[in-house]
Amino acid sequence: MLWPVAAMASPAPERVPSASVRVDGDAAGSVRLVLEGRLDAGRAGSVWGEALERARECEADPLVVDCSAIDYCDGAGASILVALRELQEARGRRLEVRGLREEFARILALIEPSGEAAPAPPSKREGLLVALGRSSLGFFAELRSLVVFTGEITVCLGRALRHPRSIRFRDVVVVAERAGIGAIPIIALVGFLLGLILAFQSAVSLQRFGAQIFVADFIGIAMFRELGPLMAAILLTARSGSAFAAEIGTMKVNEEIDALTTMGLEPVRFLVIPRVLAAVLVIPALILLMDLAGVVGGLAMFLTLDYPVVTFWNRVVEATSPGDLLGGLFKGAVYGVIVAAVGCLRGTETGTGASAVGESTTSAVVSGIVLIAVTAAIFSIVFYVLGI
Amino acid sequence: MPEPIIRVEELTARYGGRTVFDRVSFEVGRGEVFVILGGSGCGKSTLLKHMIGLYTPFSGHIWIDGEDVTGAEGDAKRAILSKLGVMYQSGALFGSMTLLENVMLPMEEFTDLPPDARSLIARTKLKMVQLEGFEDFMPAEISGGMKKRAAIARAMALDPEILFLDEPSAGLDPITSAELDQTILELSRNLGVTFVIVTHELPSIYTIADRVIMLDKETKGIVATGPPAELRDRSDNPWVRRFFRREAGGEAAEVSA
Ligand SMILES: Nc1ncnc2c1ncn2[C@@H]1O[C@H](COP(=O)(O)OP(=O)(O)O)[C@@H](O)[C@H]1O
Ligand SMILES: [Mg+2]
Repeated sequence: MLWPVAAMASPAPERVPSASVRVDGDAAGSVRLVLEGRLDAGRAGSVWGEALERARECEADPLVVDCSAIDYCDGAGASILVALRELQEARGRRLEVRGLREEFARILALIEPSGEAAPAPPSKREGLLVALGRSSLGFFAELRSLVVFTGEITVCLGRALRHPRSIRFRDVVVVAERAGIGAIPIIALVGFLLGLILAFQSAVSLQRFGAQIFVADFIGIAMFRELGPLMAAILLTARSGSAFAAEIGTMKVNEEIDALTTMGLEPVRFLVIPRVLAAVLVIPALILLMDLAGVVGGLAMFLTLDYPVVTFWNRVVEATSPGDLLGGLFKGAVYGVIVAAVGCLRGTETGTGASAVGESTTSAVVSGIVLIAVTAAIFSIVFYVLGI
Repeated sequence: MPEPIIRVEELTARYGGRTVFDRVSFEVGRGEVFVILGGSGCGKSTLLKHMIGLYTPFSGHIWIDGEDVTGAEGDAKRAILSKLGVMYQSGALFGSMTLLENVMLPMEEFTDLPPDARSLIARTKLKMVQLEGFEDFMPAEISGGMKKRAAIARAMALDPEILFLDEPSAGLDPITSAELDQTILELSRNLGVTFVIVTHELPSIYTIADRVIMLDKETKGIVATGPPAELRDRSDNPWVRRFFRREAGGEAAEVSA
């Protein structure tokens, strides 16, 4: 009983038809392109390039394609003929298909363009330079939309504060919880490691002057004034700015924003204000935690220098003023508004389709971090000039 | 036709440079069940979103109850919107709220009803669309057809004068779909609610529609207006006749044509 099975499993090789293409000249000197064999999805690819290549070499008009030797042809095979026709049309020539069996001709008719011009695809791939130019033009458009959006938020925020009843406090609490409580572990970890790293790096330099004790001053000032707010804001962008963009973007794709609008619930009041308020409420707490974790990290390193804990603490308290801490918290509040506003703006700008949500999430994080860095620089200059 | 409640005048819609439909005009009578038909992608949803003032038309005007939707802003717009209930094609339920909260939301924002009254009203609306027992489900936990029904309940929350429904019966089984037709008929007869409905369900068109318009992708305009039975029997546009006949079970007519 083995024998027939084996025979069925491996048919004779010559019975597997393959596809091929060749150029054939007849006695009258006219050239034909001959397609042969089995043009299915698996084999059409192997003759596709060659068929087009041969056709390009042929000067004949019309170019005759002899299809009488095609055993089998499906959509993929038929597209070779369509591609050949398009090639010829692009060169201002014609194509003549001969001997195509009736059943294959029907497939060809199915996939042939219907004559009417299809609408231009919305976007084409463009060269690097064009893309670069477009994106730098787009930068100003973006800046504009950001300013407009900020204005809208400010107006809405002002109105919300005058009519506190219109604020959806339940949403504020939910968002604050997610943005705040959820961020505690990562803030604590990053703060601790940051303090540790800063302490080690500064200790290396200060050691040469025997001034390791100033590590404590350095940690306090750096964390409270700059790094605490900055790192907290960057982590907030990564965790919550992106989430805002994704949430609002999904709602946009899902027509939920449309639904809000037609219910007379302005999306800015309904979605943006609670998120901005939550971010502003949460970020001071995150900054304080970041500061604390940073100081503890610094302390951990400081203890290896054989100073007592009290020394470290006294230096930190002496080196920093409440103003440093408050200044840092103020900066943080501004960063918080930026993070939330950019996240929400990117969300509302989401186009159609699911991939658009991913794009706006990425863009929320990128522009959030860029804007925070720029604002931090501006703050540094202003604080320096004002002597704060 | 009764006195018009919606008037669409020479409305042209574009996305970027591409015209979806061009200078479309029609009227919807007060209390009518008005159906918008057309092939997929011919701009039915786009037309609906223009009618509710969500999109700004490229040109043309829409009047609802004598108010120009096109230029309305602030309180004028709110006044118009308060007359409308909309069910979007995707349902557009708020994913972070339960079905009950979804239906209660418009009431929360626009009425002074105490919470238990809101909840009671919301429950009756959900019951009207056969969603009793699903009040505390999240939208992600129910099927597509149920989402549509919940969205209809939400659209009805404030008892609007005009209900816009974008493909309400797509994805519903025939029985639920027939029940929905009954709900629509009752609301229309008993409360005088005006309906603007995008649908493909021929049986339900014959049951509910007072008048239909048919949008056409090729001509970018309206190819037929009138009561459905009239279009089926007497339209001079063969394509329109075929649309009605074929789906009404006239396969033979299609083959011999
Ligand atoms: N937001 C949009 N941006 C660009 N084109 C769109 C948008 N929405 C719909 N379209 C296009 O407009 C046409 C009509 O869409 P739509 O109104 O959704 O059709 P229908 O509801 O009749 O199926 C389609 O060709 C679609 O591609
Ligand atoms: Mg649609």
